Amino acid sequence: MVKSVTSLGRSGLHDWLWQRVSAVVIASYVLFMGGYFATHASVDFAAWQALFQNTAFKLFTLVFLVGLSAHAWIGLWTVATDYVKPVKIRFVLQSAVIIASVMYFLWGVQVIWSV
Amino acid sequence: MRFSIYRYNPDVDKEPYMQEFQLEIPAGKDMMLLEALLLLKEQDATLTFRRSCREGVCGSDGMNINGKNGLACITHVSELSEPVVVRPLPGLPVIRDLVVDMALFYKQYERIKPFLQNKNAAPAKERLQSPEDREKLEGLWECILCACCSTSCPSFWWNPEKFVGPAGLLQAYRFLADSRDTATDERLDDLDDSFSVFRCRTIMNCVNVCPKGLNPTKAIGKIRSMLLERGV
Repeated sequence: MVKSVTSLGRSGLHDWLWQRVSAVVIASYVLFMGGYFATHASVDFAAWQALFQNTAFKLFTLVFLVGLSAHAWIGLWTVATDYVKPVKIRFVLQSAVIIASVMYFLWGVQVIWSV
Repeated sequence: MRFSIYRYNPDVDKEPYMQEFQLEIPAGKDMMLLEALLLLKEQDATLTFRRSCREGVCGSDGMNINGKNGLACITHVSELSEPVVVRPLPGLPVIRDLVVDMALFYKQYERIKPFLQNKNAAPAKERLQSPEDREKLEGLWECILCACCSTSCPSFWWNPEKFVGPAGLLQAYRFLADSRDTATDERLDDLDDSFSVFRCRTIMNCVNVCPKGLNPTKAIGKIRSMLLERGV
């Protein structure tokens, strides 16, 4: 058993499952947005605001942001543990990724709920 | 036939270098790479490599042949393009020429406890297994631990002290799948971290190089499924 403290989950299975489920969430969101742009020839401010005022879409966006943050954390943590060998540099990089993920997520929540 | 062989003797050489060799192979005659290496050793007696059974059973002569890991004793020279570039297995420390230090590879093998564990009292004669249960071990027990798979795996190159590697995981599943083994939970506990099993990115280099035609990626998938079934 290998212990790690900077990973998102506390087990390999936990991270692995989150990575896959969040990938499905991200893909669904991207497909939805693709569909939205394809069916709306010109998206003006009113249409954009109407979309984001819908509570269901707000929740969908929130779940997407959770998925994106978790996906980035797990993915970049894996990249760092593969390629960055000096422990100090790895710790700084991992911390930066975690702080950025949390910040973007909180900022995203604020943006969505201000509409 | 032209050969380019990795040479390094830490007592004498500052750094590794490639040495060119020429070997006359009579027209219409074929031989295994190991036989060619033995003939080259007659030209230069300092050329060092491991070999034993010379028939693909002992797993001693794993090496990197024209960029792909394999066993010299079951690789026909007629299949190889010239010059035949022979290097030691990648990712492990070189002791000398084509001989690598397998300590990390064996450490990972040891970690998965490659022996049958059974808490129940031993029967008078032997622990029986149905033909169907025995069938589940096919494609697992045949591994000869030549290290061709693990040393072709980037995840093992980057984290050889944390990732068990394809060879070790194939053996881990060999005991997880064995109906006579009762330590399934303990074995799965030892593997459920971010490195031991889950560092596999399913690139399947292991399947591509295995000289015995085994499929470690499939075994790793089965371990993941067992962990998932237990954890969901």
